[in-house]
Amino acid sequence: MYHITIKGLNVSYGNHHVLKNVSLEIPRNKITVIIGPSGCGKTTLLKSLNRLLELQEGVRISGSVLVDDESVYDPKVDVTELRKKMGLLSQRPYPLPMSIFDNVAYGPRIHGTRKRKKLNEIVEKNLRAAGLWEEVKDRLKSPAASLSIGQQQRLCLARCLAVSPEIILCDEPTSALDPFSAQKIEETLSELKTDYTIVVVTHNLRRARRLADYVGFIFLGELIEHGGKKDIFENPKDERTRRYISGESYL
Amino acid sequence: MNLRHVEERCFKVLMIAATFIILGSLFAVIGVILVKGAGALSLSMITQTSKGGYYLGKEGGVLNAIVGSLYLAFGATATSLLVSLPIAFCLQREYVKARTANVVRLSLDVLWGVPSIIYGVFGFTIMLLLGLRASLLGGIVALTLLELPIMVRAIDEVLQMVPRELKEASYTLGATRYETMFKVVTRQILPGIISAIILAFGRGIGDAASILFTAGYTDHIPSSLLDPVASLPLAVFFQMGTPFPEVQERAYASALILLIIVLLLTVSSRLFSRRFAKFVIR
Repeated sequence: MYHITIKGLNVSYGNHHVLKNVSLEIPRNKITVIIGPSGCGKTTLLKSLNRLLELQEGVRISGSVLVDDESVYDPKVDVTELRKKMGLLSQRPYPLPMSIFDNVAYGPRIHGTRKRKKLNEIVEKNLRAAGLWEEVKDRLKSPAASLSIGQQQRLCLARCLAVSPEIILCDEPTSALDPFSAQKIEETLSELKTDYTIVVVTHNLRRARRLADYVGFIFLGELIEHGGKKDIFENPKDERTRRYISGESYL
Repeated sequence: MNLRHVEERCFKVLMIAATFIILGSLFAVIGVILVKGAGALSLSMITQTSKGGYYLGKEGGVLNAIVGSLYLAFGATATSLLVSLPIAFCLQREYVKARTANVVRLSLDVLWGVPSIIYGVFGFTIMLLLGLRASLLGGIVALTLLELPIMVRAIDEVLQMVPRELKEASYTLGATRYETMFKVVTRQILPGIISAIILAFGRGIGDAASILFTAGYTDHIPSSLLDPVASLPLAVFFQMGTPFPEVQERAYASALILLIIVLLLTVSSRLFSRRFAKFVIR
């Protein structure tokens, strides 16, 4: 069964039609990578999944997004519960303006975990999962802003894992990082896919090849094709996919 | 030397000159007040209230005005903060449309420009309607009106600089708008809020016109919100208005006390806000 099913999704900002009739199924506990050139709607697609998009003015969304067969845009859905289910790792890490510990504990706290002992456990477990624990265990009280950008991104991953999501959405999660930090994040994501459904958006083809189980190609707001990694990278059906993957000009 | 280099040099000289004028006037103000007022500044000035005949050169101090000014300014600043935060939050995209927010911002800018005597007269009219007399309460209300637009706009400016992604980070964890505003955004703008408080407090404690009718003046320290209250700006004004040189000297001493209060508060808040600045995400 698919974890996320997108059917006929259309998104426009004012007169700008960003996503055109996108339909895509995202399998459970796999890494699905959405590739495509910059500015073609990849981020919009991610943000429409956890309804972050509707925070912007003048956005129109139609079509349906089902998670576990339940519509995300159903008016009865509690949007905070929905977003808790889907962690988001953004392009540039934005830690919260508080200590390292509080960054990870923020999510569990707002969802009702108060006990110090429990919070300590959650923080340690998730910082370990994100591969940051050894580097920060002696300075959990220092500001998150004092970490390097690579560490900040891993902190954001730990923060996202701390609310026990089922799905992790990643928007170019490594493009602002140095190669070493980028590799760490990638390795962590590959380890996490046994427990989580992961959707990664990127324009970096090498990264897509390394990470992906499934691949979708978006071009100018349309989902051109999608399928297993082998099918897309070795045997693309659409001429535009072939050109993008082989690095030829698509004009 | 070509023209572009001349241009460069001229501009540099102008910038330094302008900076020097500002620093120079700050030191000139402090210098004049120090020279004229330091002689009259004594322990009794700050530990005693004005006794009978104080304004004729007899003994006493301005403790009533010091305490009065602190009551008024702290009261008004605290009240303004309580009202300003919700207003400033309300102006953000999460709550109202950009157009509505801009209309409110324009009104606040107009209010900022309103001379303080207008607030004094307005407050006085309201008090007459309610049958109140000049009092600490009246003064606090008038000063709050004066400080509100300053504080709201100052907080609003820093709120608008909060990166959208930072708020999104909080929303993606399942936070509500309230949690995002009060637990994340407020921490991010804490240094800005402290600056806003200082800005408003400075304006409030130094203002004479708005409290002239609303707070009144007295030689005593008020014991309730409904008692009239003295203030340092008015103490300066009344002492300066006497024909006695020794009382005029005390006016400078009172001005010096006012200046010291504002300086102390500004410096301590700077130190205070530095502790929070470390947490701010850039």
